[in-house]
Amino acid sequence: MDKRKIEEKFFKGLMILSLLLIFSCLGLILVTITVKGLPALDWAMLTQIPRGGYYLGKEGGILNAIIGSLYVAGGAAFLALAVSLPVALYLNVYLRKGSRLAAWIRFSLDVLWGVPSIVIGAFGFTIMLFFGLRASLLAGIITVALLIIPIMIRAMDEVIKMIPPKIVEASYSLGATRLETAFKVVVRQALPGILTAILIAFGRGIGDAASVLFTAGYTDSIPNSLSRPAATLPLAIFFQLGTPFPQVQDRAYASALILTVLIVVISLLARLLTKRFTRHIVK
Amino acid sequence: MQNLRVIKEKWVGRLMGGLTVFTGLMVLAVALGLYLKARPVLAMKSWGELLFSRAWYPFKGEFGFYPFIMGSLWVTALALLIAIPLCLLAAIYLSEYASKYVRELARPLIDLLAGIPSVVYGVWGVLFIVPLVRNTIAPLLGTTSTGYTTLAGGIVLAIMVFPILIHITWEVLGTVPQEIKEASLALGATPWQTIKYVVVRKSLPGILAAVVLAFSRAFGETMAVLMVAGNVAKAPASVLDPCYPLPALIANNYGEMLSIPLYDSAILLASLILLLVVLLFNILARIVLVRMERRVQ
Repeated sequence: MDKRKIEEKFFKGLMILSLLLIFSCLGLILVTITVKGLPALDWAMLTQIPRGGYYLGKEGGILNAIIGSLYVAGGAAFLALAVSLPVALYLNVYLRKGSRLAAWIRFSLDVLWGVPSIVIGAFGFTIMLFFGLRASLLAGIITVALLIIPIMIRAMDEVIKMIPPKIVEASYSLGATRLETAFKVVVRQALPGILTAILIAFGRGIGDAASVLFTAGYTDSIPNSLSRPAATLPLAIFFQLGTPFPQVQDRAYASALILTVLIVVISLLARLLTKRFTRHIVK
Repeated sequence: MQNLRVIKEKWVGRLMGGLTVFTGLMVLAVALGLYLKARPVLAMKSWGELLFSRAWYPFKGEFGFYPFIMGSLWVTALALLIAIPLCLLAAIYLSEYASKYVRELARPLIDLLAGIPSVVYGVWGVLFIVPLVRNTIAPLLGTTSTGYTTLAGGIVLAIMVFPILIHITWEVLGTVPQEIKEASLALGATPWQTIKYVVVRKSLPGILAAVVLAFSRAFGETMAVLMVAGNVAKAPASVLDPCYPLPALIANNYGEMLSIPLYDSAILLASLILLLVVLLFNILARIVLVRMERRVQ
């Protein structure tokens, strides 16, 4: 056989092998977490807060961390939405196509996206000290919001960019202002994409540990105000794994399974939303 | 008289513009905030001493970041060494050979891999990679090891940068015009030759940018590495030594840093160093990618 043909076959095989290896890593992760986590998972873990001696292997659950994580990520997603939606609209509706300012802002957001979450966490910590806040739900929410704002804006930006200019022009020609066009036409048209962006950012916020490490604190109770510390799921996993007791480490695996399932559900939901929710969309 | 709607449009617009500029300046705010906090330790020590001293004794006021910087460089380099060939080949396959069905299947799976939280990667590393290194790889190399090593950190990090590497490389390969490929094929080149001499060469800057972005992602990754890399404050001499990367240093010391003078300043300086490295790499890579995008349009 021709040497070139052999080379072709060889590299094609190598490529398929690489791809399979990469996907089997994903499979391996999911299988390992499930196999190790499932036996330790019980109803009490999901519905109870840690009792006395929980970290020594006694009774209780991690409801505090589940609720805490939902609070932190939910609050952060809400705060980030309040910033991201106006910014994404401004970039696309108010600024002209090919605007230098828009290009600059997008660049800056992409760079901010790349900043490691531990650095965002450290920055959140300095802000916290500056305002005299203690490690609390509020500080955690602000820090995580900082982390997910660039993700949310850029995700919304990509969807809004895709809206056909015809629709926007039709709105202008009916006498609508840019503001009215932005909130009444563009938002509706991009609604599924906007919801997906929120979910993606929420998922990122719920899974991140390094940013809340300094700022949200940790507690065994469910926070009842913004100024109280809040436990989070990733940190619960981390701390439980750090104990020397096998039963508690098993619970760390179970908590990791809970977090993974949560993330998978969120990303499936995001995918589904993209397909559904097209009621208001002009095609 | 001006219409109320027009006034609203103008003022809300200004508000939104202000918000937009504010988010654009956020990166600078982060850098500035960390710099201000790191200034006390910078005033006491020279950059040279901080970066190249091996002495890390916070209680005596000695802050040498050399072991941590080397730790970060080792795990990151190892991760890229593993990830680059695999991801390049996979991305080429997805972009040039794969059927539509495989592509549609691959996309969500890669997204899923990207979405797994780093703590879960860490747990998996402790459950799978660490025993693998301890029971299989170390005996193979004729030594013993606890498994909590630079190698374990590198492998876990490699898997964590798979998505970003594949995603960007795939996108960049897609920007190579179809006509050029067809011209190469028409001259009798095999698909692989076309890839080797035309597609990859044409997208080389973009691939480099993907690698640089993966580097900065790995360089700043915290939890997973913290959990598997061993955390011994000494520059590693081999892949089976434990190492202590910069992000792990920051994460591990937040509790005690307020009680020792200058310690908090030193830890925030570590964050600043991390930020500056990542910013530099990100800016370079993004400039290349923006240029490539413009070429397509």
